[in-house]
Amino acid sequence: MVTIGPGEGLQVDLQSSVAAQFGRQIKAVITETLEGLGVTDAHVQAVDKGALDCTIRARVTAAAVRATGKDVWKD
Amino acid sequence: MRNSKVVTLEEAIRRSGLKDGMTISFHHHFRGGDKVVNLVVDKLAQMGFKDLKLAASSLSDVHKPLIEHIKNGVITGISTSGLRGELADAISHGLLKEPVVFRSHGGRGSAIVGGELKIDVAFLGASASDELGNACGVPRSENAKSICGSLGYALPDARYAKHVVVITDDLVAYPNLPAGIRGADVESVVVVDSVGDSSKISAGAIRDSKNPRDILLAKQAAKVVINSGYFQDGFSIQTGTGGASLAVVKYIREEMLSRGIKASFALGGITAHIVKLHEEGLIGRLIDVQSFDKVAAESIAKDPSHVEVSSVEYASGEHLGSATHALDIVILSALEVDTQFNVNVLVGSDGIIRGAIGGHQDTAADSALSIIVCPLLRGRIPCVVPKVTTLITPGKSVDVVVTEYGVAVNPARPEITEKLRAAGLKLVDIKDLAAKATSIIGTPDPLPFGDKVVGVVMNRDGSVLDKIYNIK
Repeated sequence: MVTIGPGEGLQVDLQSSVAAQFGRQIKAVITETLEGLGVTDAHVQAVDKGALDCTIRARVTAAAVRATGKDVWKD
Repeated sequence: MRNSKVVTLEEAIRRSGLKDGMTISFHHHFRGGDKVVNLVVDKLAQMGFKDLKLAASSLSDVHKPLIEHIKNGVITGISTSGLRGELADAISHGLLKEPVVFRSHGGRGSAIVGGELKIDVAFLGASASDELGNACGVPRSENAKSICGSLGYALPDARYAKHVVVITDDLVAYPNLPAGIRGADVESVVVVDSVGDSSKISAGAIRDSKNPRDILLAKQAAKVVINSGYFQDGFSIQTGTGGASLAVVKYIREEMLSRGIKASFALGGITAHIVKLHEEGLIGRLIDVQSFDKVAAESIAKDPSHVEVSSVEYASGEHLGSATHALDIVILSALEVDTQFNVNVLVGSDGIIRGAIGGHQDTAADSALSIIVCPLLRGRIPCVVPKVTTLITPGKSVDVVVTEYGVAVNPARPEITEKLRAAGLKLVDIKDLAAKATSIIGTPDPLPFGDKVVGVVMNRDGSVLDKIYNIK
């Protein structure tokens, strides 16, 4: 689950069952996804149980849409 | 009866001559429902013993109270087939000073017979025993409280331990025969309220899968079996405990019925699925070192063609009479397989111990055809990898790997490749499977292993195969 709140710069807190091996990659995917959406300031809390990148991207996008009220799929 | 062997647990321990530093042993036929290990070790702690070495045939989640006994210095060494749950986690993080010695079931049997594993006192749970210690894992009276079926892993302990204590929850009249544990080998009999919760025998590793991917894997594995050249009247088979390897049985059964083929025997951990085929007349004999569920345990209780064997007779590499040498096909699961066909079934991809060697090494080495069934990925965890985290079964024993992305055959078995290709199976290079996994999940960062050895993996011939380091 990905939760997004207000923040300064992009801050990503990750809890993952695969953190040792994939934590770096997961954080990178979260950051890239947000940057792609034009989000530059946010505090992200991500709780992961070994999801694939495509799933993480979808979760981050959905959380960003909810947090900003801006529907990236429609626009 | 004169000179009764029936005493309290404390008296049995006193009589055994157990001293600090000695080795005690247990079997794991009650699996997740076992009560004997915790009961006995609690008592030993209470009596002030220290520095004991615990030689179990396996340990699971239910044995987490051992963590305190390790911290208090009661237990200072462990040998086992596997570890799970919090105990495994604590040991992976360096709880125990001495490394845990991991052996396969056949390897443990050989080590006991050969004297590398010397047992001072064996504490063996049984569902029925008479006063002389003739004991078994099946009910023998209407007062029976438990059932675990075969006592195969306990039999070498009963025969070779210096002192044997049978612990039972149903003391029956002499003679409790036939019985795997023979009174002649037993010094004391202890009666307790419960030796194990039989409803938990099939908890843990064994589950019946409805997962569509497992079903796909099972269908593919069945195709491999059927077209391998070994699927002929009179063949023999063993299946492991993964969801997919259990489901394979269902598809093989359909093909046996349609072709009129019967198996001579099924070996190993016996499951309800296998019992069903036997009762339908599709499998002649069941050779059972461990009953994997209640149906199997009840079958061994009543069916004379369902027989109990010791771990030595089951799978010892040294013992040429062991059943694995007569085994045609074995279907096994894996946590990881690498591009050299090496298999890991013990240490998770997070570096934490979470499994058991079981009969993996033994059956893969001795069978004519060994088939590993595993998905390419479990979530983000890859199952086909460039190199296994821990080496358990060497690739030279592994013939075929079945994944949902295709079937890989060990290049050492070109005749199998030919047969499966002719049957129209999708064959892939195992290196391509590993590359496919990486393309989906990326390249994992190395695990944060420390430099303390927490486990030593033995090969079945008694040599060291690999070491497990602590995880930070």
